[in-house]
This record gives sequence, structure tokens and C-alpha cells, in this order.
Amino acid sequence: MTPSSPEALAASVPDGALLALPPDNSLPSVALARALVRRGARGLRLLGVPVSGFATDLLIGAGCVAEVETSAVSLGEAGFAPRFSAAVRAGSIVVRDATCPAIHTMLQAAEKGVPFMPLRGVIGSDILAHRPDWRVVQNPMSEAPDLILLVPALQPEVAAIHAVMADEAGNLWVGRRRELATLAHASRRLLATVERVVPGNLLEDERLAAGTISATYVEAFAVAERGAHPVALLDEYGFDAAYVAAYARAARTEEGFRAWVDEHVFAQAARIAAE
Amino acid sequence: MSAVQPEERLAAALARLILDPSAPPARHIAVGAASPIPAAACWLVAKSGHPVRLSLLHKRSGNPFTEGSRELFDLTGQGRIDLFFLGGGQIDGGASLNLIGTGEWPGDAVRFPGSFGSAFMYLMTPRTILFREEHSPRVLVPHVDHVSAPGTSPPEVFRRGTAQALVTGRCVFRFDAQRARFVLESVHPGESLASIRTETGFDFDAPAEVPVTPDPTEAELALLRGPVCDEMAETYPDFCARVWGRAAAA
Repeated sequence: MTPSSPEALAASVPDGALLALPPDNSLPSVALARALVRRGARGLRLLGVPVSGFATDLLIGAGCVAEVETSAVSLGEAGFAPRFSAAVRAGSIVVRDATCPAIHTMLQAAEKGVPFMPLRGVIGSDILAHRPDWRVVQNPMSEAPDLILLVPALQPEVAAIHAVMADEAGNLWVGRRRELATLAHASRRLLATVERVVPGNLLEDERLAAGTISATYVEAFAVAERGAHPVALLDEYGFDAAYVAAYARAARTEEGFRAWVDEHVFAQAARIAAE
Repeated sequence: MSAVQPEERLAAALARLILDPSAPPARHIAVGAASPIPAAACWLVAKSGHPVRLSLLHKRSGNPFTEGSRELFDLTGQGRIDLFFLGGGQIDGGASLNLIGTGEWPGDAVRFPGSFGSAFMYLMTPRTILFREEHSPRVLVPHVDHVSAPGTSPPEVFRRGTAQALVTGRCVFRFDAQRARFVLESVHPGESLASIRTETGFDFDAPAEVPVTPDPTEAELALLRGPVCDEMAETYPDFCARVWGRAAAA
């Protein structure tokens, strides 16, 4: 598989796509989110798998997003996600609230190719009242009264992750974040950025195979060093709390956010391109 | 030893609740995001020599999960997580939690981050300890604006447990699931039944004499300031720096 570029990956994501992003502790491609901001993507429907963080707030602030389906949006220790909160107040995005295991379960149903899966819990939550696509039924396996939730299969059009490395065959290594395999299996297209490309085939190394997503599921990847920054990437680098806190302060206002994006998304890319 | 800090008192109070012999046993405890004081309580229990397995969802190195949070929910679905901690932007007198927001759905007045896994964890865990430092009428309300997770459930809904207790910056409440009401168990130093009534938006029961929440023992303080802080420094650097003056590692 020939490496692409983050800009080319972003160009391949159509406006209005259902785009799945892992949370800040599980390898989202922030590099691809930045490239989507630069491309001026519009109308994206974001899926937090199962929650959303920095990249989602950035895309919302930049006007790329029409809808967010997620179990929470937060910047961790830096607090509430400021552009998400502002967009909810303004009513400029649709929020489809979920709960974490329901999102995992919807993806698992898609992975298996079945139309729905049951999930315990959730009954009694107001989330249900706002999810006409979720159903509560009597457990068909039980004689006793036993209500249970059914959630539909959910197939993201695109999933965007940042892996540690790709090999020449296009396999991706994500270490212990093996929940990303379910996301890869369930999504129609997996786009990845990686820190580096290594020779050989990861699936031929018994110690690395378990943390590898097979190229079967990978549409394209691009090298983007520190492409998860400011969020952590396994043991490669940590969460940049100061950077995220500075973002959270700047993004309290629309003007502050614009200035931050000009500096950290547009000017930074121009500097790298000039080098 | 220097004065007891409020966070240390809260951690010790949570640790006593974890070890409560009248509650279902806590062999495996999971701790979610943004929960440094519950995490400190769990480490205090573990470092006191009690055999407990701790699964910290946000631990970066040596994270126990190899399938992320999905593995936590699968374990909990099977009943293999004994105790979890939850909080909320609003908590009401029936122990229902609101992590959605206030005003019209989905939170047009104040939007909270969202429900996370609460709608599942609260029903599937044998016991939950509710924790929220802010204790004010805006947080502790008669009825939540929106229910992320209900405090109690009707019999035809499968549910393993409810809240055991609610610990705040002012007091400890026990939860009586049969009556779906909180009972004041102890007040932290400086508080009284009257001050708790003033700061609590919901009605609750109280004994004639309300005890004061005990301070941590000297042994507990030594553990919190030493080995517990050591364990927490990587995941909660800001907390460890603020409470224990531990310089953050690079």
C-alpha cells in the first residue's frame, strides 16, 4: 500500500459523511481532523467511539459539523469542550446523546453483519426517549417479565485513527487499543495516519500481530508525525495538558478560537510545508 | 503530620464505604475518567493490604484493558465489576443522575459533557458510590432536569444494585433504595444538619444526632501522601501537585 498524505485523506472524506473518531485516550487522528479543517469540510456527522474529545471540539468550532452522536464531549482535565458547548447553546448542531456501551454494541452489530444487538441497562434513562431508533422489547428467551434494549447496527462511512506504525502491506499497529479493531471492522472506510512506516509485515510477528489491524480493513494511510498530538499515543508520547488547556482558554470565544485555528492549524501547516 | 486536607478526608470516607462489611464485597473496582479522589480511595484500600483488583480506565502505562472501555462494559455486563463511582451535574433526592444538561434537551441552558457509560453502569454494578465535591442546591436538586441514569428501577427491569452512598464536599449520605431516599450519615467538620439542609435541594432523612465524618488516621495519611500518591502521579499529575505538592514528571 502506497502512503497517502493527510491532505489527500481529508479530500477523500465527503461533506456530510458519518465520521467515527475514537476518544482522546484511544488514538484519534488529530492530524486528519486538522486537515479536514483546512479543507473546509462541511456537514460532517461525527460519531464518538464512545466519547468525543479535542478533535471533535476543533471540528465543531471550525464549522465542519452538522451532527454529533456521542456519549460525552469533554477535554478531560481541561474541562468542558468550549465549542461543543457553544454550538449546543446556539442550536447550530444536532446532538444525538448515547451511552458508551450502546455505541460499542451498535458497532459490534455492524461488525457481525446483524441488524441489531441487545444491551442491558439504559431503561429508565431519558436518552431512550430521544432515540427513536432504539427499541425496548420483552426478552424473547425469558418466560418472566424482562425488558431489554435493542440497538441497531451502525456502520460509519469513515473512521479516522492514528496508529503507531504501518507496514509495507498497509497493516496498522495500535498496541493494546484493540477496541479499534471493532471500529475498523464495522466501518466502510478506515483512514489512518501513522507515526512511521516499517518494512516487512506486522502480522508475521507473533508479538505484534494481536495489536495489528489487518490491511483488509484499511483503505489508506498517511505518515503524520505526532499525528495524535495533543492527545497521547500509547507509550510514544503523553497527553499535552498545557496545550489543551491553552486551547480551552482560547476557544471560550469565537474570536479566540479563530485566532487559535489560524495559528495552530493553518500557519503551522504552512510552516511545515515550507520546510 | 501536617493538617488533614479535604481531599484526604474524602478519600478516607470513600475507603470506609468501599470496605463496609454490610455491602456486597468489592473484589474488582473500576475507576473512570476525571476521578482522582475515588482513585485515591481505591489505592488507599489496596495499599492498606486489602485484596482488591483495581482497573483504572485512564491509566496510561500498564492499562489493564486490552479492548479499551468496551472491555469494562463487557465485564460489568457479566457482573464482574463489583463497584463503580458515578457523579453528575445534577443528582436528585431519588439518586437519579443528570450528566446531559439543564433546560430543554439536550441542555440549552447548561450543557454537561454527556452521560458516558452511566446509563449502563448504574444498573449493572452491584453497588455504586456517588461522588460530587460541589454540594449546593444547583447540584443536589429535588428532581433532575434530565435522567442520564435512574436511581431506582421497577422490578421488570434487570438491575444488580443501586447507589450505596453519596459523598460530597460537605457530608456523607447513605441511600435507602427501598424508600428511594437519602439518609444523612455524617457531616464533615464545619458543617451541621442545618447547613446541609440549606445547601441541599432535595429532602432527606437524618438521625437526631449527626456524627462528624472522621479524619483519616495517621496510618491512612502516611499511605495517601506516600504510596497512593506514587501510584496516582502519572494519571493525575495536576491533582497530585495540588494536594500533595508532588512535582509533575516530564
